[in-house]
Amino acid sequence: MTQTRSRRTQSSEPDEGTKPATSSGGGTAMRVIVPLQGVVQGRGGLVLGSVIPCALFYFLQLYLKRHRRDPNPPPSPPSPVGSSSPEPSPSAGQLAEVSVLPRSLSRIHLSPRGAGGPAYVSGRANLILKGGDSPYYVGLKKVSEDEYDELGNPDGVIQLGLAENKLSLDLVRDWLVENARDAILGGGGSCSELSISGIASYQPFDGLMELKMAVAGFMCQVMGNSVSFNPSQIVLTAGASPAIEMLSFCLADSGNAFLVPTPFYPCLDRDMKSRTGVEIIPVPCRSADNFSLSITALDRAFNHAKKRGLKVRGIIISNPSNPVGNLLNRATLYSLLDFAREKNLHIISNELFAGSTHGSEEFVSMAEIIESEDIDQNRVHIVYGLSKDLSLPGFRVGVIYSFNENVLEAAKKLTRFSSISAPSQRLLISMLSDTRFIQKFIEVNGERLRRMYSEFVAGLKQLGIKCTKSNGGFYCWADMNGLTSSYSKKGELELWERLLNVAKLNVTPGSSCHCIEPGWFRFCFTTLTENDIPIVIERIRKISKNCKSHC
Amino acid sequence: MAIEIEQPCVGLSKVAVSETHGEDSPYFAGWKAYDENPYDETTNPSGVIQMGLAENQVSFDLLEKYLEEHSEASSWGKGSVSGFRENALFQDYHGLLSFRKAMASFMEQVRGGRAKFDPNRVVLTAGATAANELLTFILADPGDALLVPTPYYPGFDRDLRWRTGVKIVPIHCDSSNNFQITTPALEAAYSEAESMNIKVRGVLITNPSNPLGATVQRSVLEDILDFVTRKNIHLVSDEIYSGSVFSSSEFISVAEILEARQYKNSERVHIVYSLSKDLGLPGFRVGTIYSYNDKVVTTARRMSSFTLISSQTQHLLASMLSDKCFTENYIKINRERLRKRYDMIIEGLRSAGIDCLKGNAGLFCWMNLSPFLEKPTREGELALWNSMVHEVKLNISPGSSCHCSEPGWFRVCFANMSEQTLEVALKRIHNFMVKKRSE
Repeated sequence: MTQTRSRRTQSSEPDEGTKPATSSGGGTAMRVIVPLQGVVQGRGGLVLGSVIPCALFYFLQLYLKRHRRDPNPPPSPPSPVGSSSPEPSPSAGQLAEVSVLPRSLSRIHLSPRGAGGPAYVSGRANLILKGGDSPYYVGLKKVSEDEYDELGNPDGVIQLGLAENKLSLDLVRDWLVENARDAILGGGGSCSELSISGIASYQPFDGLMELKMAVAGFMCQVMGNSVSFNPSQIVLTAGASPAIEMLSFCLADSGNAFLVPTPFYPCLDRDMKSRTGVEIIPVPCRSADNFSLSITALDRAFNHAKKRGLKVRGIIISNPSNPVGNLLNRATLYSLLDFAREKNLHIISNELFAGSTHGSEEFVSMAEIIESEDIDQNRVHIVYGLSKDLSLPGFRVGVIYSFNENVLEAAKKLTRFSSISAPSQRLLISMLSDTRFIQKFIEVNGERLRRMYSEFVAGLKQLGIKCTKSNGGFYCWADMNGLTSSYSKKGELELWERLLNVAKLNVTPGSSCHCIEPGWFRFCFTTLTENDIPIVIERIRKISKNCKSHC
Repeated sequence: MAIEIEQPCVGLSKVAVSETHGEDSPYFAGWKAYDENPYDETTNPSGVIQMGLAENQVSFDLLEKYLEEHSEASSWGKGSVSGFRENALFQDYHGLLSFRKAMASFMEQVRGGRAKFDPNRVVLTAGATAANELLTFILADPGDALLVPTPYYPGFDRDLRWRTGVKIVPIHCDSSNNFQITTPALEAAYSEAESMNIKVRGVLITNPSNPLGATVQRSVLEDILDFVTRKNIHLVSDEIYSGSVFSSSEFISVAEILEARQYKNSERVHIVYSLSKDLGLPGFRVGTIYSYNDKVVTTARRMSSFTLISSQTQHLLASMLSDKCFTENYIKINRERLRKRYDMIIEGLRSAGIDCLKGNAGLFCWMNLSPFLEKPTREGELALWNSMVHEVKLNISPGSSCHCSEPGWFRVCFANMSEQTLEVALKRIHNFMVKKRSE
């Protein structure tokens, strides 16, 4: 799940609630014509009922076509703000507005030669382009334009909306500075041993076996040594986002659906749906249950989907969950497995934050549950990566861990589209195999996470803001209903907007996570230093004072 | 005795079980033969020699020398604390600006400065395979088609079609004019698609061509550009072998033609590039889409989230590719060595009585064995190919996997081995031909 952090520009991303891609061509047009026909048919009969809407349609096309012919000023290239780009981009493309009705239809009606006008862009692409400005991405953009810095920009926007861990980067950096060069080129010190063919030539797309072994070892270490991972069941991908997408492609056809408990992390919509045509069916979790997963709710959602004619292929859980930070206990995991068995579904367990627990509860991986169950192993798939637990999102390392041979086979072939760069693999093999370093990292990082979590939650408590009891992840899930003007999505977004523009804090509103109850917010604290916490609390206090007097 | 209860099989998707990955075709079967019995000069001199992999190993020493002398490129050095921090966390789909600038400048150099590239139009992907797939997702809907001239790189069947659901309609080219693309052929392919009720969204060419090993001529490029403009469709120009042209002046990029036309109608053109062939770094997974269309650039950037290049690799290559001294020297020497190899293999084949298409680029030659087929059919070609792989122990790629309409042509790669190994391969072919003639 890549979060986009541009230094200078941020393009808006599709809203999480984007509809599935409509078919191009006739589909959209029909949605206009058929109701029109119905209206006219009531009075004018069949002939008028068909002729009039078609005529309207024809003239609409003509109108649009005429206006598309108007010369538009050449658009400037997407350039980062502040970059020196003295000459205009060579592109003089005349980009007209994206019309709602597809170009191909107008071509048939009006100009068989089709000269001029922009070349077609697919339905999938258009969805990505049109995508609304969801708060999640607006917030990220604000931060990139005006980022807080203790000394250089003390009034800037503080980043609490990105689940990134900066707490222990110094440890990783120190290791790399000492070891990187040899690690990448595998030199034994003497020049003649430099072997670039080792990293330059084609490698297996699903990752070097040594890295799979190192990752398997790391996963075991980071999950408390309670379960071991088999390297030959690992497929490596360039980040966790493609891992999720690949599983989507392998387990479901276009139009099928997955059940996903809400709230879920904002990027899941893009990762799962944007190119696969797969649907997400939200399964609401409630504050009364501490937002934990209820099998009853799953069942209800499954039946509802069936009634709508949707084929459900699987369930996606995240454990530790994002944004709430819950750990799923053994009993729940067993129940989940029973449910999946009963409905013949897959389970994708996103365990990206497994090594970032900070509470007293023990983390239990789906791998541990399934270890002893021979028959159900084929339905369980785990997604992991090094972006969170090792603080290295830039290196792009994602993991698909599956017990299903066929899924592994298919996923392996798909990794040609999303493979990890060889020098980075070499570097990571070295780092992960340094078990002493890894052990130290896990200890120190865990300690820092615990400290930041308790300080931050205590800070919020001072303001009367309660958080759910969270045991993992980089964030806390806070009930901000005391500060909203109304118990509604509107009230929530108003508060979000004040937090961003007045308090200059980028936090993630629950609606971006599809939370069914308004007023909840995710605060990521791992991008802060301890000194920043009182500043954040103070800023919230300031606007909460104003809020109380005005609400 | 345990009672066996039949469990309902947890299903997989159509994509997962489809054969479109193409890995059961002869193209890949040859690779299997190699994997099972790989040639090694000392330990396995009778093994299968790999000539089916278009990989460039002739200039590794230049790369090694660079990395050795510029060790700060591969690490962060004690001084650059903030440099590391940014790098480790950097997962912005825009990519490192320094790297994009370096790519743009390298692409300009490869074209002898005859075209300019704007770093803001460079979109990074993990390899050209991903770039081609991404463009297909963006330019076409499931069920639509791209027109691709034959013979073409076997991987396209998978890269362009598998997950995208897009079809390939071939533009037939034949040896009568050295397999060049003609306007009648373009029109015929377009009509064929129309007759099947398939919407054509674009033309995808590879220039220099894989498997032909030849550049596309200027007049042909002009014709293709005119054609796509007439039909209002896209043009994707896969130029991953542009730096592997033996003589710099012989390669015309579509970018040059667009510049000459003052970029009129350019928003339908997109170029794919990669460092896997020209720089011999396929393991690094570095590809790029260069598009003249703003919408495509924006969309491609966002979609590239699924296929980002490691920030560490970007950092490492940014300094290498910005080093104009190094890149100029590299490009020049690489070209010379490739030409030398090409001359060597052509000469060797000629003395064995085998002709090849006149080539001027790439890591392979297009060999004509049609006079030696038992039957002038696909079966005849595959029979001969079988002998090549299993008797002569050379993995070469049969034209039928490249969808060539004429049987008997084979692609033979020559840059992924040492000169000695190439000698051995040529000798084997020689002996095989002698035997065949005496039969």
